[in-house]
Amino acid sequence: MSVFSAIGEDREIDRDEFTPGIEPQATWCPGCGDFGVLKALKQAMPEIGRTPDETLLVTGIGCSGKLSSYFESYGFHSIHGRSLPVARAAKLANPGLEVIAAGGDGDGYGIGGNHFMHTARENHDMTYIVFNNEIFGLTKGQTSPTSPKGHKSKTQPHGSAKDPVRPMSLSLASGSSYIARTAAVNPNQAKEILVEAMEHDGFAHVDFLTQCPTWNKDAKQYVPYTDVQDDDEFDFDVTDRREAADAMYEAESRLHEGEVLTGRFYVDSERPSYGEEKRATEEMPEEPLAERYLDEDAEWERSADLLHHHR
Amino acid sequence: MTDLMWRIAGGSGDGIDSTSQNFAKALMRAGLDVFTHRHYPSRIRGGHTYVEVRADSEPVRSRGDGFNFLLALGDSFARNPQADANTVYGNEEIKPLSENLDDLNEGGIIVYDEGLLDEETLERADIDLEARAEENDWHVFPLDLRGLAREHGREVMRNTAGVGATAALLDMDLEHIEALMEDAMTGDVLEANLEILERAYDTVREDYEFDHDLRVPTGDHDEQQVLMSGSNAVAYAAIDEGCRFIAGYPMTPWTDVFTILSQHLPKFGGIAEQVEDEIAAAALAVGASHAGVKSMSGSSGGGFALMSEPLGLAEMTETPIVLLEAMRAGPSTGMPTKPEQGDLEHVLYTSQGDSCRVVFAPANVTECYEQTRAAFRLAYDYQLPAVVVIDQKLSGEMRNADESFFDREPNTDPGSVLTEAEISEAAHHESGKFKRYQHGAENGVSPRSIPGQKDGRFLASGNEHTPEGHISESPTNRVAQMDRRMRKLDAIRGELDDAESSHQTQYGPEDAEYGLLVWGSQQDTVFEAVDQLNDAGESVKALGVSDLMPFPESEVAAFLESVESCMVVEMNASAQFRGLVQRELGRFGPKLNSLLKYNGESFEPHEVVDGFERIVSQEASVPEGTKFVPAAGD
Repeated sequence: MSVFSAIGEDREIDRDEFTPGIEPQATWCPGCGDFGVLKALKQAMPEIGRTPDETLLVTGIGCSGKLSSYFESYGFHSIHGRSLPVARAAKLANPGLEVIAAGGDGDGYGIGGNHFMHTARENHDMTYIVFNNEIFGLTKGQTSPTSPKGHKSKTQPHGSAKDPVRPMSLSLASGSSYIARTAAVNPNQAKEILVEAMEHDGFAHVDFLTQCPTWNKDAKQYVPYTDVQDDDEFDFDVTDRREAADAMYEAESRLHEGEVLTGRFYVDSERPSYGEEKRATEEMPEEPLAERYLDEDAEWERSADLLHHHR
Repeated sequence: MTDLMWRIAGGSGDGIDSTSQNFAKALMRAGLDVFTHRHYPSRIRGGHTYVEVRADSEPVRSRGDGFNFLLALGDSFARNPQADANTVYGNEEIKPLSENLDDLNEGGIIVYDEGLLDEETLERADIDLEARAEENDWHVFPLDLRGLAREHGREVMRNTAGVGATAALLDMDLEHIEALMEDAMTGDVLEANLEILERAYDTVREDYEFDHDLRVPTGDHDEQQVLMSGSNAVAYAAIDEGCRFIAGYPMTPWTDVFTILSQHLPKFGGIAEQVEDEIAAAALAVGASHAGVKSMSGSSGGGFALMSEPLGLAEMTETPIVLLEAMRAGPSTGMPTKPEQGDLEHVLYTSQGDSCRVVFAPANVTECYEQTRAAFRLAYDYQLPAVVVIDQKLSGEMRNADESFFDREPNTDPGSVLTEAEISEAAHHESGKFKRYQHGAENGVSPRSIPGQKDGRFLASGNEHTPEGHISESPTNRVAQMDRRMRKLDAIRGELDDAESSHQTQYGPEDAEYGLLVWGSQQDTVFEAVDQLNDAGESVKALGVSDLMPFPESEVAAFLESVESCMVVEMNASAQFRGLVQRELGRFGPKLNSLLKYNGESFEPHEVVDGFERIVSQEASVPEGTKFVPAAGD
């Protein structure tokens, strides 16, 4: 029996396999956009042909962090803002895994902002889903990094004086090689984008607009939406950084004005992933490192081989 | 014959480190036991830096008391040498000479580089070297080392000239020094250095008469020796325990281990990652370990503070990792290049909730190897984080050891990981989920699966969780999980108590009246003090404690039981280790006094000797730079 026989298993995969058999009812509020992410992810998995046993979903904490509880796969429910460093190390340890990281806008663009920038820069081959509802949900409605300027909350009673983070522009500047925005209210596009993101060989960032019916009172905040790929007004080349940057800027500005633009914004299929780069410089083994520990025939060198330097 | 305590002083960037290492190696190859001690400022070039090399035919345990040979090279990067000696930076040009005179023993030798430190400089710095030399019976040799180097090669080779002069004055054969140069250099550079070495040697032999007694001692090793630092030993232990993933962020003095492993792990088929910060570094170690690779991270005080989150996450998710904490003086960024044992409580208790981790504080180079290996083994067998605590002193000091000590088989067992065949037999929930965190597990250890293994799916959560890993706030589940995790510490303590070689080291006569208790890098200095005290007619023994969590209660209790009074020696201002002993063994509180030092320098044996007098004779005072804190309730 091979060491990780779940990896690369070739069979028909059913979306129901990704629904846990025992889990408690999701604790998300009725009408929460997070249900849309879960559903789209479950629909995307069979299309990319990955099984629950070869998938590792790493989440942060908060409402979005609970995704790993309601999605059947290997899961790691980590800590606020730290899903990316956990996930990218797992991918380096075992490149055969399908690694997905997920967290909220506070998690990803606030407390974990530094990790976001650097994971994108390194272009790890993984998918990063950010549940962007422009609010802190589970801590009961505080202003988040993506809340619009002037947003009033218990922690910013006079209205936020800060411009919101522009997630896609930040992502592009940081080095992500696939950037898209979708919305829970747009399930077909969401599924398609997640399939593309997971199949993309590099760091794929999906800014996933998820309405918060409890703290952002208007549960329909992302309707109506426009798919930039379907609208002649946005005729831009997703492989061109400058055109993509303009389109993102436009989409981010208009969101503040209440107009929702979604779709693919940037795709760079040429750039090698971090793992490929590291293997090319021989800073990473060709075979998955994790396998060696369970392989009785693996050969291990000893530090004694270095002792001649010390004589 | 007295042992050699040679100090080479200059500016950072002047090659003091490499020169002293080669000199120490030459002495080791000549059959001596050697020990090096580094002192350096937090700057890249210039300032005042020195390295001491102590060598003897007997084992050497510490830097010793003072030193007896000064090679003062001058600071070739000195800034504003004209500035007033009392300004902040002072007169740096002269520091390699002036800063070292106070600790030079009577009868000692001074070689200084006349090319940089001329009479005018001495006068400007208000040093009457002649008078002081007479007073202390010093033998002073002003030599134009810089000129000699320039004449036969390049100015930077003045270190070589200094070593040549040293060899001449100590009646030392050049053979080993030359062999080391031939290993390290080739071509013109080698030729020039050999020329300079020999010219300096001959010049001193021919032009000077010397009446000092100091000669290089003779020694003879039975076995092949290697010269290694604490950081080397930690890194090599990690390699031998199958660690193939390291993530880190540079910080002094942790950088030493990080650098060594970054250089070697890829060659050994592993992965090294320099990442954005220490939170990420420790989180990466957690991620790699979760995915089945033995992994490590580490930092020094400030960076370790950032790791407190992922450290707790590793405890809660039961993900094995090893962290190194190479302490330097704090609080905050403190004194970046100075040693202190001030992070003990930080290492034991940082992060939320009850600590469930292994913490070891090795005392010397060989213990660094031994205990880092033990830390990995326990971390992976028991699925928890293990922290190895060293300090700036131990990370950089070098000692010789038998090469055979490090010639050991690797242990690549990832510990309590199931194979797919075993997973298929193991307990699963009816939903198909693997029971990763079973309540009743023996020794607290519930075997784990690795992502990618068939039917091993579970959720690792930083929240309290059920046997399958799902978030739970059920009171009964909470108690069962918490108790199981804490049971691991009892099991580890049992295993360590049963182990043939304890990590604790007792030294001195079994029936001694007084005790010295010490942890970490100060242990061997205290042992040297024990010898000095017993030679002087006192009755003293010492216990060096290396296991900090789980605490070796029975060993420490037996030691404290057997002595009338005990002095705890440590490098911090709040007696943190004494606090730990009192927490674990409160009944001995009245027996415990403290000798503390926190000025950025490690203890010298005589300071421990002088401090000890304080517990015997209440009137005695302690040396400058140390502090005596009496027993609780006094």
